Amino acid sequence: MIQKLERKKMVITGDYAAAYGGMISGAEVVAAYPITPQTLIVEDFATFVNDGITDAEFIMVESEHSAMSACIAAQAAGARTFTATSSQGLALMHEMLFIAASLRLPIVMPVVNRTVAAPIGIWCEYNDSMPQRDTGWMQMSCEDNQEVLDMVIMSYKIAEHRDVLLPIMPCLDAFILSHTVEPVEAPSSDEVAQYLGKYEPVAKLDTENPMAIGTFAPPEYIQELRYHNHMAMENAKRVIREVTRDFARTFGHDYHGLIEEYRCDDADVVLITIGTVTGTAREVVDELRERGKKVGLVKLRFYRPFPREELQKIAERVGAIGVYDRAVSFGSGGPMFIETRHALYGHSIPIMNFLAGIGGRDVMKKDVEKMFEMLLEAKEGKTSKEIVWIGTRGVTP
Amino acid sequence: MNIKDLSDEILFTPGHTACAGCGAPPIVRNIMKIFGKDTIIYTPANCLLVFGGTYPYLAWKVPYFHEAFENTGACISGVARALRKQGKKTLVVGIAGDGGTYDIGIQALSGAAERNEDVIYICYDNEAYMNTGIQRSGSTPYGAATTTTPAGTKIPGKLDHKKDMAEIMRAHEVPYVATMSIAHQRDFLEKAKKARDVEGFRYLHIISPCPTGWRFDPSLTIEMSRKAVDSGMWTLFEAEYGEITNIYKPKKKIPVKEYLMGQGRFRHFTPEMVEELQRWVDHKWKRIYGEEP
Ligand SMILES: Cc1ncc(C[n+]2csc(CCOP(=O)(O)OP(=O)(O)O)c2C)c(N)n1
Ligand code: SF4
Repeated sequence: MIQKLERKKMVITGDYAAAYGGMISGAEVVAAYPITPQTLIVEDFATFVNDGITDAEFIMVESEHSAMSACIAAQAAGARTFTATSSQGLALMHEMLFIAASLRLPIVMPVVNRTVAAPIGIWCEYNDSMPQRDTGWMQMSCEDNQEVLDMVIMSYKIAEHRDVLLPIMPCLDAFILSHTVEPVEAPSSDEVAQYLGKYEPVAKLDTENPMAIGTFAPPEYIQELRYHNHMAMENAKRVIREVTRDFARTFGHDYHGLIEEYRCDDADVVLITIGTVTGTAREVVDELRERGKKVGLVKLRFYRPFPREELQKIAERVGAIGVYDRAVSFGSGGPMFIETRHALYGHSIPIMNFLAGIGGRDVMKKDVEKMFEMLLEAKEGKTSKEIVWIGTRGVTP
Repeated sequence: MNIKDLSDEILFTPGHTACAGCGAPPIVRNIMKIFGKDTIIYTPANCLLVFGGTYPYLAWKVPYFHEAFENTGACISGVARALRKQGKKTLVVGIAGDGGTYDIGIQALSGAAERNEDVIYICYDNEAYMNTGIQRSGSTPYGAATTTTPAGTKIPGKLDHKKDMAEIMRAHEVPYVATMSIAHQRDFLEKAKKARDVEGFRYLHIISPCPTGWRFDPSLTIEMSRKAVDSGMWTLFEAEYGEITNIYKPKKKIPVKEYLMGQGRFRHFTPEMVEELQRWVDHKWKRIYGEEP
C-alpha cells in the first residue's frame, strides 16, 4: 500500500524519478545495495519507507548478488519487486540475472550506466548493461528524467504482460541523468494503480498449492524453456509497441515503441543514438538541416528486444546508417553496431560505427557533426571505414 | 517431546536418489515431521538438491525453491518478506550444505542473521563438497583426505582445522542457534520444535555423515553421528541471543581415534596426526564443557 499521491510536477534527479517510479508502481518488496551513481535511488526509496509513503518491505542486503537473489525469491513468492544497481554491482549480479529471466519473473531494475573497472571510474559507459545482453533481460535506455519515471511505470506493464513475463532494466546515464535535476510530471497514485492493476503471478510459492520452482532439470526439458524465453523476447516487441501507444493515450507522453525517429522521412543518412547523446544529436540534425544536409536521427530505446523490423524499414530508404556506441566488444565493435549489422543483413548500404564518450567522456556537438560528415562521405562512396573512434588521443577518425 | 507423538506424515518421501546410508534424508524427513505442511523449503546447489528430485520428480511435498549456491540467506529473506507482506505465517526454511554455509554462502547467511530475518537456516554438515565429488570445505576436519586434499606422499590430507561455524552464528546473537545429531533423536526433535516456535532468525547445524565421502560402511551412519559427539569432534548445544542455554555432555568421552577408525578419509593418519586432532578436540572440550578432558 502507498499513500495517496496527487498528480504533480517535480524538479528531480533521474535517480529520484527511478525510485518514485518503483514506489508509485506499488513495489511490495525491495532489496538493494548502494553503488555510485545509483545510491540516490536506494536512499530515496528508504526515505519513502521511513516516511510512511509506502509500506513496502525494504531488505537492506549485504551485496548486489543478494539483492537480486532476494528479489527473485520475493517475486517467486508472489510479490511485485524493485531494485536498482550500476556497474560493478550489475557485474556481481550477473549469475542471478539469468535465473530471474529463466524463472520468468518480471522484476524491474533501473540500471544507472557506469563504467566497469579497470580503471575504476564512476562515469557513463554501457559496458555494464550491454554485456548482460544474453541473460534474458529486456534492456532499454532513457533520454531524460521524464522518460525514466514513465519508463519505470511502463516497465511493470511490459514485464508483467502474460505474453512476456521477463525482467527488465530501464537504464539511465550516470550523472548526466542520475544526478541532474529536471522538471518531471508524475501521475497520481490512483492513476498508476488503475493503469497497472495488481500483480497476479502465474505461479508462486504457496503452501495451499505446493509446487516447485527452479528444480534440477535434465536436457529433456531445458531446450524448450530456452525456446520459450526466446519467443517471449520476440513477443515483447509487440507488447512494447502496444504499451507505449496505450501509455501515450493515458498519460499524454508518447515514446513511439522501440525506437523514436527524428527527421528521418527524407533523410539521406541517419545516425542511431542511445541515451542522453540523443539530445545533442537532435540539435546537430537541426543545424545540419539548416545548412541543407538531409540528415536524420534514430533514438534507439530498446537494446533487448532489438528493433530489427523498425531498422529494416529505415534502411530501405536511406543511403548510409551510422551507429553510435558507448561501449566496445573488443575485437568486434560496438554492441549496437553488431546488432544493427545483423538486423540489416542483406541491405547493401554502408553501416558505420562511431565509438565515443567511453568512460564518461563528454560527446560534443562537433563529435556528432563529424559522425554525420563521415556518413555523408560513406553514402557517396568516399570512405569505406567501418569502426571509427571519435575523440581518441593518437587515433585519427 | 515424545517420539510416539510424531506425525506419520512424510513430507520428504522415499524415492529420492541419495546414496545408501546418507545422513541427510533422515535429517530432513524427521525435521519436516516437526515443521509440517505450512513450510516452504529452499535449497542451494548441493547433494540434497540433486537427490531430492530431478524434474519432473520431486521428493518434497511442500513448496520447494532453488536459485543458486551462495545465496541461501538472501533467498529465504526474500520469500519471508513477501509472505509477511501477504500476512502469512508460513515457515520459511533454507537447507544448505557445509560448502553453501561455511564458505561461499557465509556472506548472505551473516547478512540475513544480522537483519534477524524470520526464517530457519539449516546446515547439514557432511564436511566437504560432496555433490561435486568430495572436495574440501571450511568444515573438513584436520587431516581428512578429500579429492582436493588427497593423502599425498608430501602433504597428508587437509592441513587446516575445521572452522567453528555454530560459534560464528552464536556471535550474531540471533534468537536461536542449535547444533544437532540424528543419533540423539529426542534432543534433535526438541530442538527442531523449539526452532519452529521461536520468531526471528534461527540457525540449526546438524552433523550429516556421508558414507561415500567419508568412506565408511553405510549401515553405520547413526553410529558415526554418535561417535562424533562422544569423541568431542561434534558438540551439541543450544544458544539464545548469544547465550548458551543448554549443553549436552556425553556420558563418557571416547578417544578421537575410535571415531577416526572405520573412516577411509582418515586411514592414512600417523600417530602424530591423531595426536594433533586429539589436541584440537581437547582444547574445544575444555572450552565447551569447562573441564579438562
Ligand atoms: C557459484 C557456484 N560455484 C560452484 C558451484 C558448484 N557446486 C555445486 S554444489 C557444490 C558443493 C556443495 O557442497 P556442500 O554445500 O557442502 O553440499 P553437499 O553437496 O556436500 O551436500 C559446488 C562447489 C555452483 N553450483 N555455483
Ligand atoms: S555423496 Fe554423501 S552427502 Fe551426497 S548423497 Fe551420497 S552420502 Fe549423501
